[in-house]
Parts: sequence; C-alpha cells; structure tokens
Amino acid sequence: MTSDVSKKEINMSAIEKVLQARDINRPKITDYIENLFTDFFEQKGDFLGKEDASIYGGIGMFKGRPVTVLGHRKGRTAEENVKCNFGMPGPEGYRKALRIMKQAEKFNRPIITFVDTPGAYPGLEAEMYGQAQAIANNLAEMSGLTVPVISIVTGEGSSGGALGIAVANKVYMLENAIYSVLSPEGFASILWHDSTKRDEAAEVMKLTADDLYRLGVIDGIISEKDIYRSVEKQIMQALKELDLMSKDEIKKHRFEKFRYFDEEYLNNSTKARMEVV
Amino acid sequence: MVSIVDERKNKFNRYKDLRENPTELLEPAIKPVKEYDIWDRINDIADEGSFLKLEFDFPETNPLDFEGYVEKKEELRAEEKLHDGIVAGECKINGYPAVIAVMNKKFMMASMGMELGETVCRTCEYAREKELPLIIFTASGGARMQEGIMSLMQMAKTSAVIQKYKAEGGLYIAVLTHPTTGGVSASFATLGDITLAEPKALIGFAGPRVIEQTIGKKLPEGFQRAEFLEEHGFIDAIVKRDEMKDVLGRLLLLHSK
Repeated sequence: MTSDVSKKEINMSAIEKVLQARDINRPKITDYIENLFTDFFEQKGDFLGKEDASIYGGIGMFKGRPVTVLGHRKGRTAEENVKCNFGMPGPEGYRKALRIMKQAEKFNRPIITFVDTPGAYPGLEAEMYGQAQAIANNLAEMSGLTVPVISIVTGEGSSGGALGIAVANKVYMLENAIYSVLSPEGFASILWHDSTKRDEAAEVMKLTADDLYRLGVIDGIISEKDIYRSVEKQIMQALKELDLMSKDEIKKHRFEKFRYFDEEYLNNSTKARMEVV
Repeated sequence: MVSIVDERKNKFNRYKDLRENPTELLEPAIKPVKEYDIWDRINDIADEGSFLKLEFDFPETNPLDFEGYVEKKEELRAEEKLHDGIVAGECKINGYPAVIAVMNKKFMMASMGMELGETVCRTCEYAREKELPLIIFTASGGARMQEGIMSLMQMAKTSAVIQKYKAEGGLYIAVLTHPTTGGVSASFATLGDITLAEPKALIGFAGPRVIEQTIGKKLPEGFQRAEFLEEHGFIDAIVKRDEMKDVLGRLLLLHSK
C-alpha cells in the first residue's frame, strides 16, 4: 500500500498533479462514505447557531465497528458546489467538526477525516464569526484527543483550512493529492506578485505526496488503483496499529508526531548564536 | 551618558500617540522618527533590568531550497540583531515573574517558519518547566511561504504545545498587536486563556485584500480591527500601550498562587 511513487507519477509535473488533485471527477467525501462505511448517520450543525454544508460528517460502521467520519465536502455540479461552498468551510464548519470529534472521544470511537479543500473560506462573515479562532481551537483540541485519528488527503489539502481537520495520529495522501501551505496561485501572488506563475510555484512548493513523504510530514502514500479498497486497507492497517495503544499513548503519539516532525531540521549541530542586545 | 534605553524613552515622550496606536496607522505629520520596536516594548513591559533573553541555537533552515531566502534572512539578522522574527525571555512585570515572547514584524513580517514555531514551543516549554505564566505579543503576516508545508505544520506544532501547557494549569496571555493574521492568528495567537489586543490592531485569518477579491465588495470601515473583534466577542479587552504593563501586572496578580 504505502509505497514509493511509481515511475508514471514521477514524470508528471507538479502542476499536473495540482490539476489532477482538483479534478471535479475525483471521488468526494460522499463517495468514500458510501463505499467504505455502512449505516451512516449524518450529523449537522455546530450547535452554536449555524450549519455548514462544506463539512460533511457523522457516525458510520467501518468493518463492524462504529467510527466518526468527516471531511470537506466538494460538489460535482455548480449547484452542489454553491451549496457546499466549493469545500471551503467557515468557522461553523470547523466547530461542527470539533463537536462531532469530541463526541467520538466520549464514545471511544476512532475518527477518520477526509481532507479536500482549496482552503478555509476568506469571507466577511467567516472573519466576523472567528475563522482564525475556530481553526486554532481545532488544532489545539485535536492534539489532545484520546481516540485514534486518521486523516487522508484525498484531493486538495490547502492551508490551515485543511490542517484544521488533519491533526491525526496517521496522515496519508492519495498518490495524486496535494498538500500545501497555500494554493500555488496564492503562493506566486505573495512571493512573486504574479499569480500567473502558478506552474513555477507548484514546482518549488514541494506539494506532491512524494514530496511530503520525503519531508516527513505524512506517514504514507495510498495508491489510486482500486481506490476505495486501497483506502480501506490503509485505514484498517492504521487502526490495527493504533488499537494496541492506551488512550494516553494515543494522545502522546499524536502530540509527539506534531511536536517533533521537524526535529532533524532544527537540531543540527551548526551553532547560530546572537548577542544579547 | 544617555543609554540607548533612555534615548528611546525620550523620543517616545515627544510622541504620546505612539504608545496608543500602531505606528503605521498614525497621521504622517505625527509619525515618529522610528517605530515602536520590540526592544521598546520589552523596556515598557519588563521591570528595569529584569529581562533575561532566552537563547536558542538553530541551524539554517530552507526546506524548499527557496532562492534568495537564506540571503534575505542573513541580511535581516544583521539589521535586526535577531536570528528570526521573535525574541523571548524571562522578566518581572510589576514584581511578578513571567516568560514573554515578542514577535518582530520587521523580520519578514514575523511570518512563522520552523525556527519561529520552534521558538514559540521552546519558550512555552520553558515557562512550563519553570511554572511561570507565558505572555506572547503576536504580530505576523502568517505562514512563512518560503518554507512551504513545513511552515503550515508549525500551526499544529505550536497549538499542541500551548494546549498541553494550558491543560497542565499554565496561564497563557496572548496580546494581539498589529497585524496578527493568517497561520499565526489561526494557531497560538487565538489560544490565550486571556486575550488582549492593542487599539486598531488588524486581526484576522484572511487578509483584507483577499476577502475583497473573494466577495467582490469593499470591506466596511474598521473591519478586522481590534474594536471589531471586541464587538464580536473574540477578545477580553483592548489595552493601550501605556496601560499594558499595569494590566498585565494586574492579571499576574489575579493568577498568583
């Protein structure tokens, strides 16, 4: 399952990967739920006054056990996409996600998240109701969950809007998914003041599954051949490993994963000391 | 002989407004000769002679091998006498010990890369070990784009470390200064037990320009300013620079054991 990228993908340019990751025909959260889970019960609402259709989630059975499953929702048609805001959540989406994740913790259910978003929605109301605080809160709370969390980046994993539901014990990417600090367009616009340089941006950003695996940010790459079975197998394998841990160990495992993921870059012997001013 | 500190203080006395407003928002006519920088802030907050800088050793980081990035940092290090966009230390505030960190937007907008994120974490862990309150003065343009995904992951790293410190009983006060946006606003900046903000500071996730482009409309006056956040229930209090030390001192008193 977890494997080096095949020769075909190496030949694919970064921007081709970006376009593939955004392809409207890629499987959506609703497809994964339909194909991998049974008895699904959708849970709506942040219970603070709002519902956000760009986050879809609830409880379902996975291989005979109840799990909480959620993810960004993108549509296939224009109408569907307007309804779920092209998979760009507002604060209420992150709060809904957190609500059902905390509930999963109460009932000791593993959590599986599917990540596919161009980013958190940069809108007026989103800011007014605390987009920054909602994402920060998810990052903080997810880091302390005592149940296994598995995240799979299935398409576009862009910015804090993706990370907001991806603080997991195990993070995987589909072989044609991308995961980045920002869209290549946004990156080019900020650093080169030219959003048309997105192809170049995609090239330097190291946003493909292969890049992220090498950087030590993700735990594995999932083949897209027989996609649902591949994803299913990966989840089973991850659960098998995480099931051996106690609640404290699960929490500690996730904390240490994010606390020390970049350790080797920062603990080099080269000294860089500054004088006290 | 006049020390650097005294010289700075004299300069500020001539510009009363400077302690009440973010420098860049002042009328050009009253703009000071120099900005209210991180050292001015430390001098204003810490009891005289009490600030001890925390020293961390970091190797050079450039995970994307981004062209010109290392050179840019070297240049700024020479100018700012800082290794990245943040300085941290232990000090006393009206007699109460605390660990403080101040972000320096003159260093690449204090955007968060590996080194800055790690500094936040190690500073927090130092506070935890010493059982001291932690105060962070935030100012940032967000993620350090030049570090790509490694920068994004700092959001999870810093949030996890702050969360652990808070869960174990630590007091974390976030002071949001102008501007606090992007990945910093959506991580440790908005996780304070107590959240203060400076008047008129711009605080938000997305930048105003991006929002205007998205919604195709001009944003209302005062949007994403500290007063707007106060009105919408996301900060405890707006505190002017000349009152900051006393407010922090009072909060430390109220949390003293």
